[in-house]
Amino acid sequence: MITLATARRILAQLRNDHRTVALMVLVPSLIMILLYYVIDNEPVFAQWAPALLSIFPFLVMFLVTSIATLRERTSGTLERLMASPLRQLDLLLGYGLAFGAAAVLQVALALTVSLTWLGLDLRGDLWALVLVALLNSLLGTALGLFCSAFARSEFQAVQFMPLVMVPQLLLGGIIVPRDQMATVLEWISNVLPMSYALEAMKLAVMSGDLGSDFWRDIAVVAGSVLLALVLGAATLKRRTP
Amino acid sequence: MMSSAEPAIAVTGLRVVRGAREVLHGLSFEVPKGQITGLLGPSGCGKTTLIRSIVGVQVVAGGEVTVLGRPAGSAELRRLIGYSTQNPAIYRDLSVMENLRYFAAVLGAPKTDPARVLREVGLEGHADQLGGTLSGGQLSRASLAVSLLGSPQLLVLDEPTVGLDPVLRKELWELFGGLAERGVTILVSSHVMDEAARCQRLIMLREGDILADDSPEGLRARTDTADLEQAFLRLIEERQPA
Repeated sequence: MITLATARRILAQLRNDHRTVALMVLVPSLIMILLYYVIDNEPVFAQWAPALLSIFPFLVMFLVTSIATLRERTSGTLERLMASPLRQLDLLLGYGLAFGAAAVLQVALALTVSLTWLGLDLRGDLWALVLVALLNSLLGTALGLFCSAFARSEFQAVQFMPLVMVPQLLLGGIIVPRDQMATVLEWISNVLPMSYALEAMKLAVMSGDLGSDFWRDIAVVAGSVLLALVLGAATLKRRTP
Repeated sequence: MMSSAEPAIAVTGLRVVRGAREVLHGLSFEVPKGQITGLLGPSGCGKTTLIRSIVGVQVVAGGEVTVLGRPAGSAELRRLIGYSTQNPAIYRDLSVMENLRYFAAVLGAPKTDPARVLREVGLEGHADQLGGTLSGGQLSRASLAVSLLGSPQLLVLDEPTVGLDPVLRKELWELFGGLAERGVTILVSSHVMDEAARCQRLIMLREGDILADDSPEGLRARTDTADLEQAFLRLIEERQPA
């Protein structure tokens, strides 16, 4: 009940902010189009597209959540909520639901553009791709919430984005295949959730192979979401110093 | 309405440390039920910390705080206390009505509550205005409205009248008076001494210690002064070793 009211409230906040919604929904599609024309080669574009489709939901939701929850912390609304019957999980799931819905919209548009205009060839099932994108957006939301606890200002919160994002991209196997990295880097890559999200997205889009590898990847990403939610909940203290 | 039985708030030996500094040095006092109690003192004296301890959102170093018969911060208290923070805790990107509907849903308050509290703080004309476009006084009234949702038994208000014009201030104090008559306990902090006269009981705080805990009449009589500003100064002089 409170979870749903919270999700509705966050969506209402988004609705009142047209520019943010426009940026959230349109930018991924615009970048897909830009990438298509920069590469100018459909098979190569088809290799990059799944990576981008899994990065956007994570990236955008991480940014939006870390700023939104930082605002709740600094404006006193979080203190008001912590003095109310709302449970920490209500807030976390509320953010997850609201931004998950926003992510679906975002991916739906980017995907429509990619599959029609940009001629992306989807071998796998559509639902598999949407599932990965949704899990990625939830992972971004949960990690954003967790990281916002360590930022004192919006300047700092934004700086967490490259910190969380860039290593995961460099080690995620899109630039250099993971098994060709130095052993230590491969180990690190093995514990970063984005490695599994990228692999699952590749399997879903390019080979249509939804076998045990795909489901193992999904399980790892889902587990990371749960872990990040627990970590995020731990940063929401009823009593603060 | 005097209620003799158990106090609404009982504080014993409350100590709070923030950073390396002790902000509250072992406070003890009681707040009677169904009255308006004013928490007065200069800014930085520990009013907000004390209020946060009573609401149960402050990490406390020692002592006991009992609110409506339960330890401060208990889950059952979260529906019984209306709390308004010093900075208006309102979503700036939601309209006043959207804010009220959300917090009403969190509290499980009746669907009619948002319209009622909007009327009580005199913001009917601004229901659809975004929080971010309200003036300072309107913002603090919107924040106050949220704390009135769900008809709490105890209202804890941190400087609710800052930045309001005298007419509005008078109206809000009439509202507080009406609530107290219906049996609601109100603890309100202020650094404006002329508001103190409207309280039935005053707790004066200075540098983390209680300077006085008395009725306004009692204070004036004890310090032999006509106004409370003078009484406050007199009390500080008394404290200082000659």
